[in-house]
Amino acid sequence: MTRVRITVNGAQEAHDVEDRTLLVHYLRESARLTGTHVGCDTSNCGACTVLLDDSAVKSCTVLAVQADGHYVTTVEGLSGPFNGLSAVQEGFRQEHGLQCGYCTPGMLMACTALLNENANPSEHEIRHALEGNICRCTGYEMIVRSVQWAAENQEAQ
Amino acid sequence: MSLVGAKVLRKEDPRLLTGRATFVDDVNPTSCAFAQFVVSEHAHANILAIDVSEALRMPGVLGVWTAQDLRDFPDLPGGLPDLERPPLATGRVRWAGEPLAVVVATDRYQAADAVAAVRVEYEVLRAVTSVEEALAPDAELLFPQHGSNALLTVPMLDDLDRTMDSCDQRAKLHLVNQRCAVVPIEPMSCLADWSVDGLTLWATHQAPHHLRNKLATWLNIPQTHCRVIAPSVGGGFGAKIVFAPEFFIVPLLSKWTRRPVKFVQSRTEAMLQMTHGRDQVHDIEVGFEKSGKIRALRMVVSQNIGAYGDPTGLGLPVLTTWMAAGCYKIPKVQTAFRCVATNTTPVAAYRGAGRPEATYAVERIVDLVARRTGVDPVEVRQRNFIQPNEFPYETHNEAVIYDSGNFPEALNECVRLLDYSKWRQRQAANRNDPTKPLIGIGFSTWIEIAGFGPNGSLEGFGHLASWESTQIRVHPDGSATIFIGASPHGQGTETVVSQIASDELGISFERINVVHGDTATVLQGIGTMGSRAVPMVGSATKVASQRLLVRAKKIAAHLLEAAEEDLEVANDAFSVRGTPGKKVGWSDVAFASFQPLRLPPELQAGTLEERLFHESPNFSYPSGAYGCVVEIDRNTGKTKVVQMVLVDDCGTVINPLLAEGQVHGGVAQGIAQALYEEMRYDPASGQPITSNLVDYLVPSAPDLPNYIAGRVTTLCPNNPLGAKGIGESGAIGSPPAVVNAVCDALSDFGVEHLDMPLLPEKVWRAMNPVSEGARQ
Amino acid sequence: MIPAPFRHIRARSISEALDALVSHGENAKLLAGGHSLIPLMKLRLATPSVLVDIGDITEQSGVRREGDSLVIGALTRHVVVERSPIVLGCAPLLAHTASLVGDPQVRNRGTIGGSVAHGDSASDLPVSLLALDAEFISVSPRGLRKLSAAEFFVGFWQTALAPDEILTEIRVPIREVGWSYQKFTTRSQDWATVSVAVAGQQVTLGAMAEIPLRAKAVESSLLAGASHRDAAQHADTETNPSSDLRASADYRRHLSRVLTLAALDEAASRVSDAAAHSGKN
Repeated sequence: MTRVRITVNGAQEAHDVEDRTLLVHYLRESARLTGTHVGCDTSNCGACTVLLDDSAVKSCTVLAVQADGHYVTTVEGLSGPFNGLSAVQEGFRQEHGLQCGYCTPGMLMACTALLNENANPSEHEIRHALEGNICRCTGYEMIVRSVQWAAENQEAQ
Repeated sequence: MSLVGAKVLRKEDPRLLTGRATFVDDVNPTSCAFAQFVVSEHAHANILAIDVSEALRMPGVLGVWTAQDLRDFPDLPGGLPDLERPPLATGRVRWAGEPLAVVVATDRYQAADAVAAVRVEYEVLRAVTSVEEALAPDAELLFPQHGSNALLTVPMLDDLDRTMDSCDQRAKLHLVNQRCAVVPIEPMSCLADWSVDGLTLWATHQAPHHLRNKLATWLNIPQTHCRVIAPSVGGGFGAKIVFAPEFFIVPLLSKWTRRPVKFVQSRTEAMLQMTHGRDQVHDIEVGFEKSGKIRALRMVVSQNIGAYGDPTGLGLPVLTTWMAAGCYKIPKVQTAFRCVATNTTPVAAYRGAGRPEATYAVERIVDLVARRTGVDPVEVRQRNFIQPNEFPYETHNEAVIYDSGNFPEALNECVRLLDYSKWRQRQAANRNDPTKPLIGIGFSTWIEIAGFGPNGSLEGFGHLASWESTQIRVHPDGSATIFIGASPHGQGTETVVSQIASDELGISFERINVVHGDTATVLQGIGTMGSRAVPMVGSATKVASQRLLVRAKKIAAHLLEAAEEDLEVANDAFSVRGTPGKKVGWSDVAFASFQPLRLPPELQAGTLEERLFHESPNFSYPSGAYGCVVEIDRNTGKTKVVQMVLVDDCGTVINPLLAEGQVHGGVAQGIAQALYEEMRYDPASGQPITSNLVDYLVPSAPDLPNYIAGRVTTLCPNNPLGAKGIGESGAIGSPPAVVNAVCDALSDFGVEHLDMPLLPEKVWRAMNPVSEGARQ
Repeated sequence: MIPAPFRHIRARSISEALDALVSHGENAKLLAGGHSLIPLMKLRLATPSVLVDIGDITEQSGVRREGDSLVIGALTRHVVVERSPIVLGCAPLLAHTASLVGDPQVRNRGTIGGSVAHGDSASDLPVSLLALDAEFISVSPRGLRKLSAAEFFVGFWQTALAPDEILTEIRVPIREVGWSYQKFTTRSQDWATVSVAVAGQQVTLGAMAEIPLRAKAVESSLLAGASHRDAAQHADTETNPSSDLRASADYRRHLSRVLTLAALDEAASRVSDAAAHSGKN
């Protein structure tokens, strides 16, 4: 067991976990933030995407111990001026970028990272930025529209 | 302003967008233990021994159980008589991935370690994975007592040979509608808490009441002590209607360990254990005139049902044969089917459940007719369509009477949106330019059977009945809760039901809350499947709202001292037509409804509650016309969809944003089946070789196109909404449009048919049939 | 889904990491970005009992120019290689190749050293590094070693690195040449079915054998004056592609020729673009 300290959504977490604990399980079970989801076991689906020190990573492929001393932002850490929602979250709501919602937290984090790096991405850039996130419900076009909405409405943020 | 027909944003979204929705694995009761299954390594084997001794000694392990421990319990409900599936493999395993033991440990990591320590000794048997292999004379039988791997056969009454011979031409195809894995992003999971007060089972399921009823019987407890909760469900697509063994076993584990027990499937386990979809082979033949007019159609369907007959899976070829003639007026139609067992994961419903298969077969053969006659594929369809004035239309099967449709208009609209002649010109221009990709154009005009259904229809699949329930309760402040028996998993049913109720009741959208999925609070329901939510629970809610409003108006009239007929309701208030200022709020009416001293004499307290079990006289029949344009790289065979036009007729559209979302999602799965996905087995060993998302090719955003949605509307005559449902349409109509487009592009190479998935190598080989090892 | 138990040791320097590798022997594996190793461990295809984590050793991360060499620390993440102005200037082939590894999340974590040390011949970076004549610098208790790319990749999932040896740096000679990296996949996020890299006169192939290969027959054909089209026909000479779920050997052979032609054409167009630009200046 190792004491792993991670700042999650601005709050300091400290928990004793097995060395093999995946970051996604640390977040869900130790930090009790169940917004981040597990959808596969081969690092393909991206439902577990979080920001680790501002970069989008698949938290199922990072050990909690690797994140010791670092910052993590999960979907619970997103907020903004749209009734408390960030532009990306509101974009998904406006453009129906989610249906069952299970892949959505990972999608939101990947899209947030994209817009942080590229404030006005083309459709091609959006689709390629989401290459590592699988959705079974939307067919992706409405997710693209959601990101475009967020890009257009970001200045309010 | 009417909400029905308007683009209304979803009530479901705020919780899902903020990570506050509750999926099964998000529920974490104290002292929760974790279950993990030991699964068969072999596709077909006798189990000689299961050694759990090492696993039992591992830290945190509370127990390991096998079929021996379940010997007092029956097989899982709903299979074929004498061929039912045991909850854990008993004596014999019939597919690689079949659960045969279960470990419970105090945390999920320990459970995984203990599973790895269980040793199983097998006597390996020969395995069969395809219908052909399973029916070969020397094939190993999955159920020796049955004498054959064909578990169910319904033959044809007349092979129509003479009719076909009397036509100008005949044409036939052998089609493979390949096995697909359903892949909802949330795998199966459940959490059972069996305490002294009874059992609560959280389950990711599409039909919680159905599960509760069967589970209580199986466990031999009263239904009142058995509560099933389907919380937020991360996609279902039909695979979560199934009675997966974990739903039956995990409650027992909770009872035996005296603590809550949770099971969460990994993706690899889901690929092997969640039921698969499709896996039908068709032999379809038509007799037709040189005008393209089809006079006879016969179709033989072979359904690979996997290792055990699932109640839904066994019904798939029934639906396929029912819909064999599609949108066309074909005087003579004959069908036959058989369900064949193989050493593979059992097959059940997957978005469309039998109808994508039918549509694929008939749309491919219609394109072949076009090719053989030289008549344009659009024109051939127009010449064969059932006409708009020919509804209700009795098909070759007495159970199937199409309710309404306008196929000619849908196809015309599709052709217009596609800009068909422009693409034909581009196709011709590209054909002779080797630096340009090949272009192919394909259509699919389709009709499907939905809105399950008339009385008796779902009973045939083992359900209690075919109605759907709604219960509206108005609270003392005039807000309302609607409890629905539907069990959505992404469809936005809470939003749609609120729109309908708000329009009828005049209670504002924000003051309506919709509850579903909990058998303790929701009246007996049937569930969400078969594109039935809008037609069934939507209609139920509309009618129930109207009935409740009658009594609300009586109260309002009493309070206002006005005539009921003069009352209007909107924006949470009742007003009197022609007398502005004379108004009473819904909140006052609702409050009064609980106060006997303020009620009209004919009403009692608590009157503003209405329940309805809505029955439908018929299925509904959504239809549409889809058009697809592909570009094929001449050098690699890689196919790209560059245009996808989707004209849908779902009758009344309650929420165009949500309806379009359903079509996009279904089409994405359809394109994925056409170009990427296939669940494959090694024929020699029966081992699945596409058991994770590296090898099973679910596409992501760069792999799929944008969609152009259009609409034609013919109302459904069989429900008060006029709505047909749209949930499965995209998955039904799109695969043949894509395949027709690719075959259109490849027609220059003499290719008449190519089976899905149209992976690059397959297309390249079709273009280069003699290129094995050859250069240039 | 859940790895077998192991002990995690954080090494604060390369020498600490070496000590740990030596003392734990065959039971220990290095952990950098983890995006080659952790997926294997989750499927229990790899079960080291000790992970020596070198992920925080910042001295081994970063890009710099040293004379006529581009020097990349082995722990440099793919996203850094992809976007670094130094890499874009000195070896644009490498930046472009790094941009195609995995998906954005993988590129944010995976390291060039980790990817290369894994030895997967369908991996992107080894193919381009071979075309660029990269050198691989490693340390072990026996001292420093410098290996050419050809010496580094030895077999199926195997490099020349000893179990107690750590890759620290990759050095790429800076040459102003035409370049291209062509990768064929079915889905966008897939591993390469076949890939081809061109850097100047060098042409290399991925997923056409157990290791990335120089397409020597193509190179000599070009030197003898053959057209791109004719030279590309030799792409699969002396290769040994496998038949698997992704593709048959025949199709891979065909793809190698198609991609080689596309790579040669693209590399040449970059040369003429560069010439046109310098002409303008």
